[in-house]
Amino acid sequence: MDAADLPGDGMVTTTTTQADIRHLVAMVVDPEIPVLTIDDLGVLRSVEMVDETVVVTITPTYSGCPAMKQIEDDISSALDRAGHIEHRIETVFSPAWTTDWITEEGHRKLADFGIAPPTPVEAVLCPQCSEAQPRMIAQFGSTACKALMVCSGCGEPFDYFKQH
Amino acid sequence: MPAPDIDPDFHKILAHADDNLILAHRLGEWISKAPELEIDIALGNFALDHLGVARSLLHRAGEIEGEGRGEDDLAMLRTDREFFNLLLVEQPNGDFAHSIVRQFLVDCYQLQLWPDLAASEDVVVAGVAAKAMKEADYHYRFSHGWMLRMGGGTDESHTRAQTAIDDLWRFTGEIFEGDNADYRTEWDQLIGETFGEAGLSVPEDPYQKAGGRIGYHTEHLGYLLTEMQWMQRTYPGMEW
Repeated sequence: MDAADLPGDGMVTTTTTQADIRHLVAMVVDPEIPVLTIDDLGVLRSVEMVDETVVVTITPTYSGCPAMKQIEDDISSALDRAGHIEHRIETVFSPAWTTDWITEEGHRKLADFGIAPPTPVEAVLCPQCSEAQPRMIAQFGSTACKALMVCSGCGEPFDYFKQH
Repeated sequence: MPAPDIDPDFHKILAHADDNLILAHRLGEWISKAPELEIDIALGNFALDHLGVARSLLHRAGEIEGEGRGEDDLAMLRTDREFFNLLLVEQPNGDFAHSIVRQFLVDCYQLQLWPDLAASEDVVVAGVAAKAMKEADYHYRFSHGWMLRMGGGTDESHTRAQTAIDDLWRFTGEIFEGDNADYRTEWDQLIGETFGEAGLSVPEDPYQKAGGRIGYHTEHLGYLLTEMQWMQRTYPGMEW
């Protein structure tokens, strides 16, 4: 949902429910893997009303994930666009994020995007041709969370989202 | 040498933060200069992991201190005498073997440190440690793999790895000061197994150098801080 879809031309009215706000925040995408929302990723832990303030709680994927600041800014902008909704963003480290928190929807979107979703490394399938047992080229790929593999069938290299 | 006059809780968290911050900076120096693209990316990844840990711990340290200092103040506006990292992590990168040996020695320590801190009463420290624990696992896999490859590789790689061990060994005793004493046995065992498999040996020279935990550093830290801090000192108030 965009701010424009909210009742009252983006102004917060009493009909902007907590579910609307959660939906708005949940639509924020990961800046490095823009097919995934922070909800798909499991980075979004909760959206709660505390007094009159929306409290958004997020958990970083990796300690040094440079996307976290961007995600915070994007959440803030989404809430501001929806009518300057009073909010604060809290980062919680415990329990630590794991790839198990990526939703089924997230797995599907990753595969469609050409990134093998997180599974045990021996169960990885090529996202192009579904051939099993690709070869690992490098443990570390274009972002901290990915490794680089090459398909033994079609020969295409691809990113694998490491199980973590 | 006098111990620093500083709150022990603040000091403890700063020491862990500084280990990771300084090591992150050293690893970052490899970016664009590593022997292969994959190694370049791997070392950059490790730098980011250590930097992330450092940021969270520095932020927490600032809260414990209660003087209003944030992560930027603590990282960028302390002098060398106010840093409490291990001497090992500030040692220059040297050749690839030196950097890998340094990383391996630290990884063997952090593999034990993080599970311990994950049980800390401080929820922030516990959360950061739980995260860092998983990262230390793959740092170790990488550095351990290279120890075996260098030790059992060519005469050249073996000599370089052994030279790096001989150079850096004197900074390892410091790891086990204070609360860390319990890690020594398992650390020795991890090191011994890997060195054994790689045909490398533990130096016989017992000389050990310490001082990092009380702010007495080798000359290298000052140069590192000069480079790391110049931007913040030139443009005060800049944020990451």
